[in-house]
Amino acid sequence: MMQAATLAQSKPATAASSQPLMSVRGLGIRFKTAQGVWQATRKIDFDIAPGERVGIVGESGCGKTITGLSILRLLPNNLAGIDGSIMLGETDLASCSTRSMRAIRGKRVAMIFQEPMSALDPVFTVGHQIAEALLIHTQISKDEAREKTIDMLRRVGIASPERRIDDYPHQLSGGMRQRVMIAAALICGPQLLIADEPTTALDVTVQAQILELLRDLSVTSQTALMLITHDLGVVAETCTRMITMYAGEVIEDAPTDAALVRPLHPYTSGLLQSLPHLSPRRGKLSSIPGRVPSITEMPNGCRFKARCAFAAPGCDAEQELRDAGHGRKVRCWRFKDLDLPGALQHAASSPAAEMVVQR
Amino acid sequence: MTSAPATETHRDTIVSVRDLEVRFPTLDRRATVKAVDGVNFDVRRGETFGIIGESGSGKTTIGRALVFLQRPTAGAILHNGIDPQSLPRARFQSHRRDYQIIFQDPNAALNPRMSIIASVLEPLELARAGTREERIARAREAMDRVGLPQEICERYPHQLSGGQKQRVLIARALTLRPKLIVCDEVVAALDMSIRGDVLNLFAELQRDLGLTYVFITHDLSVVSHISDRVAVMYLGRFVELGPTEQVSGRPMHPYTQALLSAEPLPLPSTMRSDKRIILEGEIPSPINPPSGCRFRTRCRYAQNLCAEKTPEWRELAADHWVACHFADRPNFSPNDVTAHQERTTT
Repeated sequence: MMQAATLAQSKPATAASSQPLMSVRGLGIRFKTAQGVWQATRKIDFDIAPGERVGIVGESGCGKTITGLSILRLLPNNLAGIDGSIMLGETDLASCSTRSMRAIRGKRVAMIFQEPMSALDPVFTVGHQIAEALLIHTQISKDEAREKTIDMLRRVGIASPERRIDDYPHQLSGGMRQRVMIAAALICGPQLLIADEPTTALDVTVQAQILELLRDLSVTSQTALMLITHDLGVVAETCTRMITMYAGEVIEDAPTDAALVRPLHPYTSGLLQSLPHLSPRRGKLSSIPGRVPSITEMPNGCRFKARCAFAAPGCDAEQELRDAGHGRKVRCWRFKDLDLPGALQHAASSPAAEMVVQR
Repeated sequence: MTSAPATETHRDTIVSVRDLEVRFPTLDRRATVKAVDGVNFDVRRGETFGIIGESGSGKTTIGRALVFLQRPTAGAILHNGIDPQSLPRARFQSHRRDYQIIFQDPNAALNPRMSIIASVLEPLELARAGTREERIARAREAMDRVGLPQEICERYPHQLSGGQKQRVLIARALTLRPKLIVCDEVVAALDMSIRGDVLNLFAELQRDLGLTYVFITHDLSVVSHISDRVAVMYLGRFVELGPTEQVSGRPMHPYTQALLSAEPLPLPSTMRSDKRIILEGEIPSPINPPSGCRFRTRCRYAQNLCAEKTPEWRELAADHWVACHFADRPNFSPNDVTAHQERTTT
């Protein structure tokens, strides 16, 4: 098992040596409300390498969706301000003009959402909606665009694309709609695809199809994938790196296997522990006591300390994302002292365990 | 689909379902949706009976039919051996108090304009149980039972977290001291760190109060954790039913095998298999389901026979029922795929 961990840890070192595709530093989002200005996320740092598949995990309200939206600057009207920078090559997406942002959306960075039915316009054919980005961003004739659209539909696994191209969204099933969304997102060959809970609304057998498709397309077209999800299983199956968020901050950033085998932050460990997959059948499930602090009353220092079994006086100090070596980062000053259980330790007495023994 | 799973009814059967059919007309009334199409099973006293299936499989319709929120089109549902529908109205009303249901979305199930205590009191008031003081005492006892502090009595749903709201619904179902509770996707709307708490609560209540659960979910990890027996549903029919360890450890129906294989596991890559069964396409329409075996359009083992003949509901191992023509053929069980599936500890 240890071998597995070292193997996984050696991977990102090579990825980190190359120039990142996108580099986020000190990203924070503030909103205006009737009660004043609220800080939704803060001090978010991470890089995405070209072609890398990164999972952003966390529970509802942790800021993972807002982080995805802020990269494309698709933020609500009550935005009070963006702090920090989002460097995509030479462009800072946090501060560039609306005009240059428009040239990036759909061309260099594309996004797909949870509910494909609400993301697709019901009164236009799917072909129209896929070709739209192509016609806006490139000098291409309508016939060529149609041809490319058919080709793209075929690549996302839609049977008889020549006929399906003229269908309206309501004529397609949920899984097919999500394939259409993926086709529309990838038609201009973006460098980064942001997928926000792309399979949450789908059945598990269809989810498996879509995750396989995203993984394959990312590999073949060298498109980096930023997969936002609450499902650690989805990240484990799809992504090479896992960024865990809590209460508006990144609290851990590590190669997926390493984070699952030996999480460095008590919250990541607690999440793994609470999964029924990894608990003995009908045994007592663990949970993390308490609840996520409200955005209006964020504690000073470590934001997790009130729920943390390892809290100590030093946790009242402001926590920075520390370099933990092997391409890992963690926002916990005690990480060296703690030996936290990961998926393997939990799995030892669970349904997943026998599987390992069998190998 | 003709023979019942247990012809001699189990001694401790609390609910028995025979040849249950529920059909709905489509909006234009030209066609019929066969939401549930010939299902047989017994729920045993004190057990947790899991029903797993994808959207549109009919699992929620079965749950609603079990507590008579949905009238069956055909077939019978017997509570403790009696058909509640044959009872006079007043008896039916008091009878159904023993059979409660809890729904998925606690936001939709609680009236935003009623205080928490008023919501918990409501079933008792409808049942005219005892005096006002006794009712309040029972409501408070139920809230205590599910671990809700008394100070939230006067609060309103918007002031509570998702986990607390789900506890309010559990308390409300408990006030009438039911024998059986149908739990329809009760943890689906909750964050993973609080799911465990709520599932633990269900287990604790079962132990202390001797409750029986019918646990309906699409989440494999939840159903295999909590259930004693599990039924796998596909397009209005059961395809497999058996002890949870058997169904998740040695699945016999190709659909169950695919479902288990599709579940993403939060394990490092060295512990996962790349061999997985990816099903083609999606669940067909229940308006015009495939002939014979309903799964045959997505099944990699499908033969001509599967289109011609509906597979019989057969007991292929002790207490383990399967509807597949080929499930008992020795070369059929694909050992190459089971490595990926959840296994059981004993």
